[in-house]
Amino acid sequence: MTERIFGIRLFLVLTILILSIRLFSIQIIDKTYKKAAEGNFIKKIIDYPYRGLIYDRYGELLVYNEPVFDIEILPREAKLEDSVDIKALFDITQEDFDKRYQKARRFSKNLSSIFYEKLSNERFAKIQDRLIDFEGFSVQSRITRGYTVNALSNALGYVGQVTSQQIGMDTSGYYKSGDNIGVTGIENTYEEYLRGLRGVRFNKVDVRGVYMGAYENGSFDTLSIPGLDIRLTVDAELQLYAEKLMKDKIGSVVAIDPTTGEILALVSSPTYDPVLLTGRDYSKNYLDIQSDTTKPLFNRPLQAMYPPGSMFKTIQALIALQDHKIEAKEIIKVDGSLIGDHAPPGPYDVERAITKSSNNYFFKVFRRVIQQGIDANPYIDTRIGFENWRIHVLQFGFGQNLGVDLPNEKSGFVPSLEFYDKIYGKDRWKFSNIYSLSIGQGELNVTPMQMANLGAILANRGFFYAPHIVKKVGDINNSELERHFVGVDSAHFQSVLDGMQALVSVPGSRGYIPGLIFCGKTSTVQNSQGIDHSGFMGFAPRENPKIAIAVYVENSGWGARAALSTASLLIEKYITGTVKKVWLEEYVLKGDFEDAKPN
Amino acid sequence: MQNQIKYQVDFLAIVYFVLLVMLGWLNIYAADYDPELNNSIFSLDQSAAKQMLWISASILLIAIVFILDYRFYESFGYIIYFGVIILLVAVLFLGKEVAGSTSWFEIGFIKVQPSEFAKIGAAIGLAKYLSTYDDQRFKKQRLRRSAAFFLLPMALIILQGDLGSAMVYGSLVIVLFREGLSVRLLLFALYILLIFFLTLLLDQWILLVVILAISLIALGLFARATKGFVKIISITLLTFCLVKSVDFVLNDVLKAHQKQRVLSLINPNADPLGIGWNVMQSKIAIGSGGFMGKGFLKGTQTKFDFVPAQTTDFIFCTIGEEHGWLGGTFILIIFGAFFMRLLMIAERQKSAFVRIYGYAVFSIMFFHFAINIAMTIGLFPVIGIPLPFFSYGGSSLWTFTALLFILLKLDSKRASFLQH
Repeated sequence: MTERIFGIRLFLVLTILILSIRLFSIQIIDKTYKKAAEGNFIKKIIDYPYRGLIYDRYGELLVYNEPVFDIEILPREAKLEDSVDIKALFDITQEDFDKRYQKARRFSKNLSSIFYEKLSNERFAKIQDRLIDFEGFSVQSRITRGYTVNALSNALGYVGQVTSQQIGMDTSGYYKSGDNIGVTGIENTYEEYLRGLRGVRFNKVDVRGVYMGAYENGSFDTLSIPGLDIRLTVDAELQLYAEKLMKDKIGSVVAIDPTTGEILALVSSPTYDPVLLTGRDYSKNYLDIQSDTTKPLFNRPLQAMYPPGSMFKTIQALIALQDHKIEAKEIIKVDGSLIGDHAPPGPYDVERAITKSSNNYFFKVFRRVIQQGIDANPYIDTRIGFENWRIHVLQFGFGQNLGVDLPNEKSGFVPSLEFYDKIYGKDRWKFSNIYSLSIGQGELNVTPMQMANLGAILANRGFFYAPHIVKKVGDINNSELERHFVGVDSAHFQSVLDGMQALVSVPGSRGYIPGLIFCGKTSTVQNSQGIDHSGFMGFAPRENPKIAIAVYVENSGWGARAALSTASLLIEKYITGTVKKVWLEEYVLKGDFEDAKPN
Repeated sequence: MQNQIKYQVDFLAIVYFVLLVMLGWLNIYAADYDPELNNSIFSLDQSAAKQMLWISASILLIAIVFILDYRFYESFGYIIYFGVIILLVAVLFLGKEVAGSTSWFEIGFIKVQPSEFAKIGAAIGLAKYLSTYDDQRFKKQRLRRSAAFFLLPMALIILQGDLGSAMVYGSLVIVLFREGLSVRLLLFALYILLIFFLTLLLDQWILLVVILAISLIALGLFARATKGFVKIISITLLTFCLVKSVDFVLNDVLKAHQKQRVLSLINPNADPLGIGWNVMQSKIAIGSGGFMGKGFLKGTQTKFDFVPAQTTDFIFCTIGEEHGWLGGTFILIIFGAFFMRLLMIAERQKSAFVRIYGYAVFSIMFFHFAINIAMTIGLFPVIGIPLPFFSYGGSSLWTFTALLFILLKLDSKRASFLQH
């Protein structure tokens, strides 16, 4: 046992000897540590990348980068005797000053932290000269978003500092505290391209903070790489005009180029000034906007859902024609007894039924589609007809996401067999339970984007391209153009388009545009919560269409007033470049839609 | 007659204790000292002032230890031990997660770390088990089994995610060695450690080829007898498994920051601003101290927050920077003398319980001391354990104080123990 006791003591002595020798080696023999200590202050400077710029379809700049300035404080060097002047300089109270100073002091005495955040270029210019008089204060410049126009806010989205939650969810491991990230809109969906790549520099500074050159000759440094610029499909002029028309109204405008699916205008009203969500008052402004009861942050074209109303009659006609349940010129007599109607009783063919928007006609047509007489049991017969009809409707892009390159696109709702089974019980419902669908009411829900897409389908006589808002990322064209066919032969569109054309061809009416032949259909969307919504969907010109459009104006009553007027002005603006119907523009801008100018 | 013999509390041990605590306190003051603010040493903003509160509280703790009957620890040995085990299990479910480890109980504003106090329980439990039935025939078996007394808390603390604290329990192997654990078994454990580090250093395939070559040579030299043949083959196989499992442990068991720490030991320059940064800055601070040091409160590296955790785990940086090699070695020598004294106290016991407990106290403190300083000078990975009596913080100070003074109390009553 004695040798073990001795062994342990020897082990103790040897350990101490080894530690002492190691100390001797790094403290006395090796001089590199001493030298390192003299120049030991490596300051890490994050080189934030320039975020990509955003242009409209013609290359007009919409979103750019604007420098802002953070004032940093180094508590060790800051002199509290200066506090009176500093308060005056930043225009802050004693209390505020103490709070800011203590916060920095708590973080570290010897490391800089932010004292005053996000000074604008102008304010910084004013205090810049005075600031150098105060020890311990330094300037760190940063970039925020700037906007050339106050428009398109909901689609553009905004940029914010990445939250710890987002960092936690980031699987790529890119984001670090202090980074910017696109929160909504294009800034969000195209974040990966817009953000660029962060760089970092390691500078040697002495104990006093004086720059002593790059650490290891810059071998650890990386340059920041600016983000890619984005060119939108949006026509800024049309967008601005649309926003002007929609001002003080609640609703959406979506305009699409049917030949490509490019979104020409995308209005969500009411909206907000994008500048409010940059700069130093971001948090306060965000709360204000978020708590606004009119929901300016709600991106209506993609997220608001309404019944399609009478605009849906176009689809009903096309389905019935495709399935040979009706012929285009076939006369169906209606007496107005089946369902409430504004159209007079009498004989109707497809064209007249669309133009006059006859509810009773489409009741009969829809009954033919649903009750095909395949099965003697009316419940089973309804199931067969309904499922067939539903597949047609889905092909038009309803009840599903269209694949728009913007976040939070809603799919709307097309009821299914299971849906009605749940309400009525299996084999307990038939045509009489679902006839409201014939006129686009009932359980159907669509987004304004889907309605504009319907406009594009009609313009193309049977197919669409997924609507998208980005034309070009960097040098690469967004060329993912795939035709989605809706399963209706192009020949069947003729009579429907005739009806739509007749609707907007009455000289002197709100819709009429002299010299332009185009197509449209209105909806007065029943609203159980209040005044009906006004809806319009159409495209122009009828041959070689250039624009498909959908307009929803909430609580404005007749589709033939608010929505039709707005759409007509926008079509005129886009096709002819000017608006000649000044009276109509005044009517829309006034916004009460009370007068009785003839339809 | 026996009861007439009065022993005094070991005076020299107390002198060392006071010396270490006071030197530690001065260095905490220095580490946190701000030349511009020129704060009073007693200002409560300063770590030093708070540490003074913890020191005062530890005097109360010493009083309690001395008031308790000396037989308490041996009689309640198992109860104390299982008490801390229950706490260690409970903290896994009820504890609060701080920096990746679930090792804290939070009761109101008071935070308790059971893995600290568990060191005392493990020392007492181990001593109790090894000292009962001191029958030579079963001694070997009992020694091997006793390892469970520290492997259990070790496993529980690893589960909490605190690898550093868990390793401390491994130091109790020294106790087993003193009590006669077979050297072969120890060598075997060391061999496993060696293979572990070689696996980190070398490509595992190269290592496997080398091991194969060595075992073939060994077979040629020693495998005349069947017994030797079997032994060499099985050791080779075991090594193979080990190399593979180290890879598994490194990639699948250790948490990312622990893996980084192990790897940064192998190559501290690999990541100068990550984990390696701490060690690099620590070495710069100590290295810049030179022979005599920069003088009390004159350090620049530790003053300007270059060294992380400079009042706790990296307190030795302040000593190294301000007092140089001379001061550093002086501290090493005081610790050395203190440890020698502990070993002496342990050996003079008639009671096996107190002797074993004494060795356990030595092992735990010595491990903290050696590993803490080794990690500040880049000889060991940063595992975040405090330097006894020096590092700032109540929990660790009280644990070390209790460990020491329980020993001193038992020592002062050594005449009262019946000789086994």
